[in-house]
Amino acid sequence: MALNRRAFAALAALALACAPALPLGAQDKSIVVASTTSTEQSGLFGHILPMFTRKTGIAVKVVALGTGQALDVGRRGDADVVFVHDRPAEEKFVAEGYGVDRRDVMYNDFVLVGPKSDPAKAAGKDITAGLKAIAAAKAPFVSRADKSGTHAAELRYFKQAGVDPVAEGKGTWYRETGSGMGPALNTASSMNAYILADRGTWLSFRNRGELRIVVEGDKRMFNPYGVILVNPAKHAHVKQAEARAFMDWLVSAEGQAAIASYKIGGEQLFFPEAKG
Amino acid sequence: MRHRPRSLCKILPIGQPLRPPPATVNTLSLAFGEAWAMIARADPKLLEIVALSLRVSLSAVVVATLLALPFGAALAVARFRGRDALVVVLNALLGLPAVVVGLAVYLLLSRAGPLGALGILFTPAAMVIAQAVLIFPLIAALARQSVADAWREYAEQLHSLGAGPLASAFALLHDLRFSLVTIVLAAFGRAIAEVGAVMIVGGNIDGFTRVMTTAIALETSKGDLPLALGLGLVLLAIVLALNVGAHLMKERAQRHHG
Amino acid sequence: MADASAPLLPLVLENVGFAAGGRTILAGIDLRIEPGPRTVIIGPNGAGKSVLMRIMHGLLAPTSGTLRWANPERRGEPRRQAMVFQRPVLLRRSVLGNLLFALAVAGVRSHEREARARAALDRVGLGTFADRPARVLSGGEQQRLALARARMLRPQVLFLDEPTANLDPGATREIESVVQSIHDSGTKIVMITHNLGQARRLGDEILFVDRGRIAERSDVDRFFRHPATAEADAFLKGELPWH
Repeated sequence: MALNRRAFAALAALALACAPALPLGAQDKSIVVASTTSTEQSGLFGHILPMFTRKTGIAVKVVALGTGQALDVGRRGDADVVFVHDRPAEEKFVAEGYGVDRRDVMYNDFVLVGPKSDPAKAAGKDITAGLKAIAAAKAPFVSRADKSGTHAAELRYFKQAGVDPVAEGKGTWYRETGSGMGPALNTASSMNAYILADRGTWLSFRNRGELRIVVEGDKRMFNPYGVILVNPAKHAHVKQAEARAFMDWLVSAEGQAAIASYKIGGEQLFFPEAKG
Repeated sequence: MRHRPRSLCKILPIGQPLRPPPATVNTLSLAFGEAWAMIARADPKLLEIVALSLRVSLSAVVVATLLALPFGAALAVARFRGRDALVVVLNALLGLPAVVVGLAVYLLLSRAGPLGALGILFTPAAMVIAQAVLIFPLIAALARQSVADAWREYAEQLHSLGAGPLASAFALLHDLRFSLVTIVLAAFGRAIAEVGAVMIVGGNIDGFTRVMTTAIALETSKGDLPLALGLGLVLLAIVLALNVGAHLMKERAQRHHG
Repeated sequence: MADASAPLLPLVLENVGFAAGGRTILAGIDLRIEPGPRTVIIGPNGAGKSVLMRIMHGLLAPTSGTLRWANPERRGEPRRQAMVFQRPVLLRRSVLGNLLFALAVAGVRSHEREARARAALDRVGLGTFADRPARVLSGGEQQRLALARARMLRPQVLFLDEPTANLDPGATREIESVVQSIHDSGTKIVMITHNLGQARRLGDEILFVDRGRIAERSDVDRFFRHPATAEADAFLKGELPWH
């Protein structure tokens, strides 16, 4: 019996120890931001959010998803703010009444990454020329294929290059992974394949293997980020005041400086773009 | 034939030690080193993540156990129409992918969903619910099985004493408590090692809903394999320690109680 | 609402039959069990003795015929009959805990339970075993505990299904003396045994069951001296080849 009693005492103690996890609802003064994997994984949020929280006492909880999913979370009212990079989709989001007060915040750029040996001879400053070369050489190319902003950009560039990668290379050289930026980079690294990536994730990515940047600096590869307030008229629970404080701070001189000051290996990842 | 599909392990980063570049050859030893260093200096970030994982999964196990044990036992002992169908459904639910559970709980808790007013999506409470839903069928089905086996031995005696279904179910649960601990621990192992559901309903928010598995997924995404494997080792150690404990306890109890 | 102490007996079985899986196990059983004399059921293996006892005790429902107690037990009321099985079924708790559980199920108020359980243990000589895990007792001790559990509930009828089949002679004697004292306290004893010596020692009347029927019923002395049926005669000769 003594053993039983001890066992049950242990169980009871466990139950008590867990109890505090249950009532953990939303804390005061916090907002949920639905954003993209590129901003989270590049480490930008880890750099700028503490500054904002120190100043305002508002905690920012970032849920990192693909742009499409992030907008969807906003549409359902599960976030207060969305912070994404797909201008056409953002404008549609606002036009449909799900979001209000869209603001430009910053941009970064895409880079075409590929094997150091560059077997397709894709290197240069022209993204369409690079993709054409890859398609011509049928060199392995990894696509995120996850309806993310990066995926949308990749398809746009292929179109501009006059290549239909799905029709020409699906199952052979064009590999659709359906994954986020990091996993797609891991795949490309182990396959020694070409891949379109955002510079931020690429710079903070550690498992590069034989990969390097092949194409960069093409003006078409600029990747603008916008921030949108989830429409309080549609979702009354949106923490409007705190959310607006966050958006205001992002586009303020202070927020813009914070963004510009984030560097990896001395390289700036994001460039302020707010107009006042 | 340059583009012939490569084997899966070539695509997974784990398979890398086979490749020539020396940077990745020692991924595993790096991971051990990093994991050990983090544990040795009691890295606060690591501790926070581990503590949240334990809190969420233990809560889920407590909630699921309190509901699933009586349910499984009742299913073993009571006779009613549709019982066999229910057992089949319950056993089928064992194979439920965590992501599906996560999605269902997400749609339920989303502001646009039926329980949206609670406002607990992207909080630890949502993760507790998702994990509890995930492991409920596991605990209920295994408990039902072990109670049903014991019931064959005990049924006549308990009927003879005049014990009703409720008293019988609780007597059996009490008698089987040491096997049930093993079941509950298996459920805990599934809960704490699960990534799909908590990722969806918790959102992997840094410092708030980031647990070991979602942190591992994130670090893997970032290509930070040593840190990911390090966290994986911590996870493994916790689950292993719990199971060793349970095994010893069961051994002792069996010697003691026969 | 029947009084909890209302007499159960006599028990009347009319044309009771039992079939399972297309096989007839009992057929046409007409039987009246009166209070008082110790009834011992004997018969060859597979004759249906155990099924008959389980039907009487309510563990099995007859597939035909009727069974009537004078004042039947009702659902939710404490039972007024008990049964001891060939293999005692004890819970994985202490010796005392097993008795406390049975008392709780029987609706005995909690402050009375422990005293009653301890008294029951003392009467079968298990008083010092109270805190031991029940399942690690020897076979004889386990069966004595099962008997103590049954007696403690103060049943009007006690059914026993070969309670000593797995026990050595010493343990068997102990069980027999407990059964005798339960009888002395006024409880009706109905027992199945394969041990003819035991049937003689403990029985007042014999129910001889053969191939699903009650082949013969008579008092002990007459049954063993002059079995009325050829089946009983053959059975006794088979069981006691040295006769």
